[in-house]
Amino acid sequence: MKTGIRRTALGVLATLALAAAGAGYLAPAPYDRQFREEPNAPCSRRFPLGTDELGRDRLSRLLYGARVSLLLAPSAALLATVAAALAGGAAGWLGGWTDRALMSGANLVLAMPWMFLLIAVRAALPLNVDPGVSLAVTVVLLGGLGWVPAARALRAGMLRLVRSDFLLQARAAGCGTARLFFVHALPNTKGLLAAQFWTAVPLFLLAEANLSLLGLGVAEPMPSLGNLLRELESFHHVRSQPVVLAPLVVLVALVTCCQLAFPAREEGMR
Amino acid sequence: MRTLAGKLAGLVLTLVVGGLLGATLVRLAPGADVDEREQDARLSEASLAALRRENAAPDGVVSFYAGYLGRLIAGDFGKSRGTGQPVREILAERAPLTLRSAGFGYLLAWVGGLALALLLAGLRSSWLDVVGAGAAGLLLSLPAACIGFVALWTGIGLEWAVGAVLFPKIFLFSSALLGNLYGRPHVLQALAKGLSSARILVFHVLWPAVPELAALAGATTGLAFGAAIPLEVVCDSPGLGQLAWQAATARDLPVLVALTLLVTLVVKTSDILAELVRSGLRESRA
Repeated sequence: MKTGIRRTALGVLATLALAAAGAGYLAPAPYDRQFREEPNAPCSRRFPLGTDELGRDRLSRLLYGARVSLLLAPSAALLATVAAALAGGAAGWLGGWTDRALMSGANLVLAMPWMFLLIAVRAALPLNVDPGVSLAVTVVLLGGLGWVPAARALRAGMLRLVRSDFLLQARAAGCGTARLFFVHALPNTKGLLAAQFWTAVPLFLLAEANLSLLGLGVAEPMPSLGNLLRELESFHHVRSQPVVLAPLVVLVALVTCCQLAFPAREEGMR
Repeated sequence: MRTLAGKLAGLVLTLVVGGLLGATLVRLAPGADVDEREQDARLSEASLAALRRENAAPDGVVSFYAGYLGRLIAGDFGKSRGTGQPVREILAERAPLTLRSAGFGYLLAWVGGLALALLLAGLRSSWLDVVGAGAAGLLLSLPAACIGFVALWTGIGLEWAVGAVLFPKIFLFSSALLGNLYGRPHVLQALAKGLSSARILVFHVLWPAVPELAALAGATTGLAFGAAIPLEVVCDSPGLGQLAWQAATARDLPVLVALTLLVTLVVKTSDILAELVRSGLRESRA
């Protein structure tokens, strides 16, 4: 049953990712084109999901928004995983003061509530920026602050590796420190790194949604699943056009399928 | 005693380093030493110069940080760049609302999550487990702000929304923990001996789970405060969460840094209390 669920989740994820990647071909209109004569249009053949209050085609914005979110969350997760590999790996490998200094920094970041830390650092960066820059800032912000839990896991994994027989043998055979670390030790944490990556992706999808909904993530007119959720603010709007729930459905499907398709934590620990 | 002293020292160190990093953010943020009143064309050169002197950071880095930390220890968080009001006053005005909603939400999530986990662990029905895990998984997949929208549409209190954000984490963790304990050999033996379900539940399942549940209780405090930001913004509730968002969008870093330190203090204190409960229980059992 578990394999079936996993395959279904992978299928849904692949379909959504393909649709998002092909947004340029599938979307009926550019995401920022305003049909000013038809704001808040209901679903029709021309606008399958209707238009928003500025007359922009919802289906196009949903496809492009999914592409932005699916680009942003894995990029931030990759950045966090690389940072965690370097910091956690160095802490476990070198030990001593390096370990203590890096882990004290990690503990400090962990002591602060994630959402408060995220918006405190976001506020220190420029707010009124080009949408492309806002996307890059969000990736750096999530990746730059989200590496800490992964680094702790990596450190623990590296500590186990440092004491392993094969590394002792490689060292005895005259292998240099850099080669030992990058060729023998780090590749052996691949499973753990993959686990951390797949744990971070759904978390960053949700963090982006919350940030963009608050106006601190991806800037308009560029759509993301987060800033598309702003249409849910008015209950009257949701009741009259339930189709505005589509971005939420896509986001929930993405997050759920990520968690079901990659039960990464268990495999990484194994 | 030594554990407590170590934890308190860790708390102080976190706040000091957090304060210094906050001061760095305030000092390095673009436009940190510029006052928007400088745009007022009616001000004379002398007034402008006075304003710049007032806002200029001290020359030496050491004196800047020492001054910042000194004021922080004295409870002076500075003035809001947006309203000019002392940050301490703003925090005192806003804190009760968030403490109330986060506190009630925390309690609701714990009562609901633990009760459901106990019920499912006791019934041991795989179908009910799937339904429970599915519902919790769905809530976990929703951004906190969307749970806020549901609270807004239905008119339920903010504390229910905080509870809904925390519930899946508490339920899933407790459910896995209690399920695991129910399968342990001593519980099976107790069942075979014919002990009552209530006795098994209280003395052989719930009691051994208390240290882990205490750790979770500490960890979920931070989540309750974190959830307050999107929930209070969406529900237009004038608490600390909404204040954090307003300070972020207005780049009011003195408010934001003070707020982050205050919440860190609350969260770390609850972590320490949870750790004390854990170590106390372990010692009493050993």
